[in-house]
Amino acid sequence: MSTSNDQNTELYGILAEFRNPKELVDVSKKIVEAGYDKFDTYSPFPIHGIDKAMSLEKSKLGWIVLGHGLLGFTLAISMMYFMAVVDYPLNISGKPFFNAPAWVPITFELTVLLSAFGAVFGMFFLNGLPKHHNPLFNVERFKKATDDGFFVCIEARDSKFHADQVQQLLEAAGATHIEEVYD
Amino acid sequence: MSKYEYVPEPALVKGNHSFSSITELVTDVNLRPTPKAWYLAMLPANALLMLLLASIGYLIWQGTGIWGLNNPVGWGWAIINFVWWVGIGHAGTLISAILFLFRQDWRTAINRFAEAMTIFAVMCAGIFPAIHVGRIWVIYWVFPVPNQMAMWPNFNSPLLWDVFAVSTYFTVSLLFWYVGLIPDLATLRDKASDKIRQVAYGLFSLGWTGSNRHWWNYEKAYMILAGLATPLVLSVHTIVSFDFAVSMIPGWHTTIFPPYFVAGAIFSGFAMVLTLMLVAREIFGMKDIMTDDHMEKMNIVILVTGSMVGFAYMMEFFIAWYSGVEYEKAIFLLRATGPYAWAYWTMMTCNVVSPQVFWFKKLRTNVKFTFAISIVVNIGMWFERFVITVTSLANDYLPSSWDYYSPTIWDVLTYVGTFGLFFTMFLLFLRFLPMIAIAELKAVMPIADPHNYDEETKEYIAPKTEGSNTHSETV
Repeated sequence: MSTSNDQNTELYGILAEFRNPKELVDVSKKIVEAGYDKFDTYSPFPIHGIDKAMSLEKSKLGWIVLGHGLLGFTLAISMMYFMAVVDYPLNISGKPFFNAPAWVPITFELTVLLSAFGAVFGMFFLNGLPKHHNPLFNVERFKKATDDGFFVCIEARDSKFHADQVQQLLEAAGATHIEEVYD
Repeated sequence: MSKYEYVPEPALVKGNHSFSSITELVTDVNLRPTPKAWYLAMLPANALLMLLLASIGYLIWQGTGIWGLNNPVGWGWAIINFVWWVGIGHAGTLISAILFLFRQDWRTAINRFAEAMTIFAVMCAGIFPAIHVGRIWVIYWVFPVPNQMAMWPNFNSPLLWDVFAVSTYFTVSLLFWYVGLIPDLATLRDKASDKIRQVAYGLFSLGWTGSNRHWWNYEKAYMILAGLATPLVLSVHTIVSFDFAVSMIPGWHTTIFPPYFVAGAIFSGFAMVLTLMLVAREIFGMKDIMTDDHMEKMNIVILVTGSMVGFAYMMEFFIAWYSGVEYEKAIFLLRATGPYAWAYWTMMTCNVVSPQVFWFKKLRTNVKFTFAISIVVNIGMWFERFVITVTSLANDYLPSSWDYYSPTIWDVLTYVGTFGLFFTMFLLFLRFLPMIAIAELKAVMPIADPHNYDEETKEYIAPKTEGSNTHSETV
C-alpha cells in the first residue's frame, strides 16, 4: 500500500479529490470539454446528472436483458413442448397435450428468471466485475470513495494525457488533493 | 396567492448526519466486537433450529403420519405455514421493488432489512412443501430432469407451477439483494481494519470502486431488477393461490383468490417488517434512519391492505350466495358458525377489526401500540390460511366423510422450529452485513443532490424540508 515512484511501477493516472457531488459534476464537464475520454469519477453513491456531465452513453444493459428474456421464454415453451407433447405425452383429464393456458405461469417464471440473470451478470460484464486488482486500491486515501470521498481519475492511457496539464486542470477546478497513481 | 400551502416532505434522515456519520453508524454494527447480547439471542434461535432439524429428521424417518392429517384433511399446518411464510416474504419485495418504481425514497431505510426478511422467510416456506411430499428422497421428480420412470413433471398442475414460482422468486430475491449489497460490502471492505474482514468483504464486493461509469450500468440493472421483481412477486402469490383456486373444492374454487392472497401477503409482510424493525432500531440505535414517519407510512399500508382483505372476506360470502351453489353457500356458513368458528372469528378480529385502529393518527404513530398490532396481524393471517385450508377440506361435498382436524405435537414443533431458522439467519445477517442500504440512503439525502449546491461557491444550501413554513416553492 505505497504510492512510491519505483522504477518498476507504471503511471496509471492522476487522482484528485473534491469536496462534494456538485464539484465532481462540474469538474467532469471541464474534463470532457478539455477533450479527455479515459477518465472516471468515483463516489459513494450514484450522483444525479453526472452521466450528462461525463457524457456517458446510454447503458446497453436493456438489450442484454431483452435477449435473455426472449431466451427464457423460448426455452420454457420448447422444454414443455418437448416433454409434454413429443417425448412422453400424458392424457390428463382429456386436456390437449399442448395446453397453452396452463403453461403460462412456468413460461412467465422462466422468462423473469433468465431476464434477472441477464440484468445481474450483464451488469457485471459491462462493468468488468469482478476485478479485484485495481491500481486505485494502492492509494490509501481512495478508501474514502466508498464513504464520503469524491474522486476523479484521469488515466495515463488517454491520448491527450500530459501529467502537467492534467495537474493544472484539476487544480484549477478546485481539487483538495492531487496524487499520482501507480500500478 | 394560492390557497394551498406547500407541505414539504418530512426529512428521510433525522438528526444532523453527514455521509461519514451514516457510514459510521451502519458499519459499526458489523465491525465492532460481537456483543454478548448477540450470543444470548443466538442461543434460543439455535435451539429452535435444532428442534426444526430434529422434527424434520423424525418426519423423514417415520413419514407424514406423525402429523395430524386425516382422511378428508390432507393439507394441514405444513401448507398453512408455507403460505404464511411466503406471504411474509412478499413485503420485502414490495418495499424493495414496487416502492422503488414508485420513487418512494423512504423505502431506502428499510429495504435491505426487508429483503433479508424475504429471503429467510422464503427459506422457511420452502421447507414445508418439500417435506410434505412424503418420500423426500425422490423430491427431484418435481424438477424437469430425467428420472427412473422416464416421465416428466405435469406442467398442467398448479403444484408444479409453484415449484417454478417459488424457486424463481428465491433466486431473483437473492440476486436483487446481492446487487444492492455490493457497494455496501465495498464500504465494509474499506472500513475494516483486520485482514479476515478485508479479504471476505473484498471478495464479495467484486472490486467495486464507486466508479460512476459502473454506477451508470448498476442503476440500470437495479431498475430492471425492480421492474422484473414487481410482476414476479404478484405472480408468486397468485400461483400460491392457484394451488387452491384451480381445484374443485368449495371455498377454494374462486377467482378472487389471486388478488386477495396478494393483498393478504403484503398485509402480513408489512406487519412482520414492523415487528422486526421496531426491535432492531431500538437495539442498534437506528432511530435517525428508521424513523417514526416510516412506521406511520407502513401502518397506512397495513390499514389499506387490511381493508382489502376484509373486503375480500365479505365478497367471498356474497359470491357464495350469488352463485346459488349449495356447497359454496354451506361452506361459508360452516366457516362462520361450524366447528372452526373459533378460528374464523379470530381471523376476522385480527385481520379486519384490528388494522382499522390505524385511522387514528395517535395510534398509528404510537410505537408500542404498533408493535402489538403488528403481532396481532400476523396471528390473524396465520388463522386466515388455517380457515381456508382446513375448513374447506374438513367439510366438503359428502357429510359422511367429514372429520375434525387437530394438529399433533410434531406439527407445532416443526412450525416453532422454523422461527429458529428464521432468527438464526436474521441474527447472522445483522452481525455480518449492513442492515441499512448505505449507498442508497446517502443518495436520497438532500446533501447528495448537486442541485442543492450554490453555483458559485459550491457550498451546500439546505432545501426546504420539514419544519420550514415558507410556501414559495413551486411543485
